[in-house]
Amino acid sequence: MKCQQCEKPATFHITELTGEKPHELHLCEQCAQSYLTQNPSGGMPIQPSLAGMLHHQLKVADTAKELAKLDEQVCPICGISFYEFRNQGRLGCPHDYTCFGSELDPLIVNIHGDTQHSGKHPKHHHQSSQDQTRLIQLHNDMKAAIEKEDYERASQIRDEIRKIEEGES
Amino acid sequence: MRGSGPESDIVISSRIRLARNLAEFPFIRRCTPQDRKSIEKMVHDRLQAIPGFNTLYYLRVDELPHVDRQFLTERQLISREHAEAEGARSVAIDNDERLSVMINEEDHLRIQVMKSGLDLHSAWQQINEVDDQLESKLSYAFHERLGYLTACPTNVGTGMRVSVMLHLPALVITNQIEKVFRSLQKINLAVRGLYGEGSQAMGDFYQISNQITLGKSEEELIGQVSGVVPMIIEYERKARDFLITQNREDLHDKISRAYGILCTAQTISSEETMHLLSSVRMGVNLGLIDDLAISDINKLFVETQPAHLQKLRGNELDTAGRNIERALYLRRYLQDRGKEHRDERN
Repeated sequence: MKCQQCEKPATFHITELTGEKPHELHLCEQCAQSYLTQNPSGGMPIQPSLAGMLHHQLKVADTAKELAKLDEQVCPICGISFYEFRNQGRLGCPHDYTCFGSELDPLIVNIHGDTQHSGKHPKHHHQSSQDQTRLIQLHNDMKAAIEKEDYERASQIRDEIRKIEEGES
Repeated sequence: MRGSGPESDIVISSRIRLARNLAEFPFIRRCTPQDRKSIEKMVHDRLQAIPGFNTLYYLRVDELPHVDRQFLTERQLISREHAEAEGARSVAIDNDERLSVMINEEDHLRIQVMKSGLDLHSAWQQINEVDDQLESKLSYAFHERLGYLTACPTNVGTGMRVSVMLHLPALVITNQIEKVFRSLQKINLAVRGLYGEGSQAMGDFYQISNQITLGKSEEELIGQVSGVVPMIIEYERKARDFLITQNREDLHDKISRAYGILCTAQTISSEETMHLLSSVRMGVNLGLIDDLAISDINKLFVETQPAHLQKLRGNELDTAGRNIERALYLRRYLQDRGKEHRDERN
């Protein structure tokens, strides 16, 4: 694919999320660099772009193969692929933070300069990350059971959900 | 936008929002229509069970006509994204329109508290209580290390965005606004126009907010924003002093002309109205216009927007129709207020 702004091959694929709809850009390294440092709103300083940071971090220019492999990774709980996340800038479920952890952590450091929360904690029903993941999985199973009209299985799942929610697991 | 509260000559409003997700559902992008309905119903039912929350106005945004959704956006009770999205979604609003809880926005819950003037600490106190109450009935997606989990990694951690809306016309006139922005960016604060992300500053209104949400406590994030705002207020006041001492006639002329157009125009766009009201607002603050109060101007900013005009008129209007209606509304309002002030003086 050619760069949208010159004749060189496009090695940076940027998805802008600042407008109403995601906007895709295909640029060569040089044009991408000037795009990412330009001033889009005529005077307002630019906000760091999530997609831009992700690209910078992944250093895709010479690892297209690795990126393609990474893009195929799928969260077993919600089914979102890393490519979809990269494209839309939004994650599919809480488990993605664990499942895509090795790619997300550097991005999180880039955005926040930290990877350790130091604010408030929920006071009441707080389950472990594993329990939360299990809850989403059970909800998915329950939907499937209801669709199959297997109401006995659905009610078993409901009990299991209650147990976890009430902290008895 | 009541024109009251600390520093309300320059600070329009203080707002804090928290992004929260329910532990048992995928994030909104991966929700089925049925998931969205279940979340919407679950949150509604649980809100009803919290003492004091059963008096909230509860609106199903997806069932509202377009003009009503726009009306809520203009009052900053829902985001543009929430107004335009698809699928089951709603908003709960308190009586005085300070608290709103969006359900099924980008995150399952977006809780927001807004105060007039610079009042972040009381906004935090209120939103923290609301969050605790909701969390006693709902189980939030929370990670031991990463904090509250959100659909976008830019909100993870506290899930908190602290924003202060400032009116900075003198810094714009004296070309110092860029300098202020650059220094804010260096300390990780974001500057945006009136309607948040991606929007241009209209009528010299700028929203300053935290960019980082992870690694600092809520109080630290609030402290960062509320620490920098007095400095910007100081800059703006200095720029106003400079203008009034160095250039009083020109400034007075600019403000009086703006007021004159608003009092007499027969058709006027919303952009021009914002621009002119901004000058008049500064004129009121500087004592150059004495028959209007700041609360009048703040009210006009809200009520001259498209959906408000259409609600007022009671029917849909196209752009040309709205421009005529807006001019009529402004003429009537300003005439009445002017008369009241003259009567008070006599």
